[in-house]
Amino acid sequence: MNLKLRVWRQKGPEDKGRMVTYEVTDISPDASFLEMLDVLNERLILEGDEPIAFDHDCREGICGMCGMMINGVAHGPERATTTCQLHMRHFKDGDSIDIEPWRAAAFPVIKDLVVNRGAFDEIIQAGGYITAPTGTAPDAHATPIPKADADAAFEAATCIGCGACVAACPNGSSMLFTAAKVAHLGLMPQGQPERSSRVISMIEAQDEAGFGGCTNAGECTTVCPKGIPLNLIGRLNADYIKAVSGR
Amino acid sequence: MAIESIGFMHWTNSDGVPTVKFVAVDTSAPAGKAARQKAGPGRPAGARKPAVGRSSARSTVVLKIIMAVSGIVLVGFLFAHMAGNLKIFVGQESFDHYAHWLREIGEPALPPVWALWIMRVGLLVSVIAHIVSAAVLTVRARKARPVRYAHRPKVQGSYAARTMRWGGVIVFLFIIWHLLDMTTGTVHPEFDPAKPYANVISAFAPERWYVTAFYVLAILAIGFHLRHGIFSAVRTLGQQSARGERIAKTIALVLSVILVAGFLSVPFAVLTGLVS
Repeated sequence: MNLKLRVWRQKGPEDKGRMVTYEVTDISPDASFLEMLDVLNERLILEGDEPIAFDHDCREGICGMCGMMINGVAHGPERATTTCQLHMRHFKDGDSIDIEPWRAAAFPVIKDLVVNRGAFDEIIQAGGYITAPTGTAPDAHATPIPKADADAAFEAATCIGCGACVAACPNGSSMLFTAAKVAHLGLMPQGQPERSSRVISMIEAQDEAGFGGCTNAGECTTVCPKGIPLNLIGRLNADYIKAVSGR
Repeated sequence: MAIESIGFMHWTNSDGVPTVKFVAVDTSAPAGKAARQKAGPGRPAGARKPAVGRSSARSTVVLKIIMAVSGIVLVGFLFAHMAGNLKIFVGQESFDHYAHWLREIGEPALPPVWALWIMRVGLLVSVIAHIVSAAVLTVRARKARPVRYAHRPKVQGSYAARTMRWGGVIVFLFIIWHLLDMTTGTVHPEFDPAKPYANVISAFAPERWYVTAFYVLAILAIGFHLRHGIFSAVRTLGQQSARGERIAKTIALVLSVILVAGFLSVPFAVLTGLVS
């Protein structure tokens, strides 16, 4: 496959940055999107150019490191797929592809397609934990949890924190991420002691980090590689209303 | 993200007894917005103020709740307004009597027009609360994405949701025009406060086609606004089941269609001569 790429190049946080056009040739349709960028980077290195910086780690779709805007869609055209699991067969020979980093004030660009998602860590630090006795781990069946709750908590827990929700949101909001964490812990008996303080603290951390507000537009859930459902945001809102009304 | 590793660690404490403890090692990026942007040293551990108990009155979620509640009040008003409008199909007497009755509600417990003014103040407060919250949230949303995408993102979610702000502006401008046209009569050439029925007929006269066009545009904008707005309000107030989401979206669509049909039926009837 031969493709024309327009890639965001930015030397560092202070650089203005610009879209640069590259032609890539002889790409296997079985290559992943990141492998296609690897091929381009090898050529750039041989030519003495700076390779395109992008985040990646497991390349198995489970770590949440990779992610880029591909033709205006976070993680590209395939639903419930991370960029590393997106294969070139979903593109056509001769296609022109625009590649940009996540755009959000809370996710400043470090270099090229790499952004700093430390703001997510701040949200987690504000309430993404439970109070648990230290020492010997309790027996796995010591606290009974209804199957339905365990499944729902697990569904929320599949969030890998990649940031696609923020990138896709017209308001640059991290609500789906925060809602997934609040639901994940709030559905478990172990998460009950901090249930009220957690939601208030995490929303405060989210606002403080510079994320926008949720308009329930649903852009986030359609690009989420883990399909985190939009209704978890309603759950967060319900927890929040309960928490601020002092119950 | 999630650069926290958790594992067991062996070490020897001060009295020389080896211990095994469960530890979490935080290797995440330096905390703090300024630190992130400058990539400088992070805030010292524990620098974050305890968040619980701080005022959350200006949080994005609180602003959304204000929008949801004020929006529901305004939807309630729209239904009452539409029901009143439809009296035009009963006849001139009924319509004029209804318009007159609006000024007499609450009598004799309240002096004339008091109840009307109480309702007007309630509506004004709702409109202001709705618009101010929307403006604050819009500014925050713009700030949250200072650099736009070069490749404009495709709308993956709902179109109605993406037109809330501009739709809201159109509706607001229409409300101002509508009050000048039908309440004060400032911009209405043949306005007579005593003859509401005649005012409606002359407002939609064919020579004032541009007024009718603006009316139709505004009503359609309200339809789109509520199609997403009603669902969004319910979600903001805590609706959380997948089944409830489908029901809420269906109800939002049905209510929007009823409102649009009800409001558009009046100019349609005037223009086609069904009401004259």
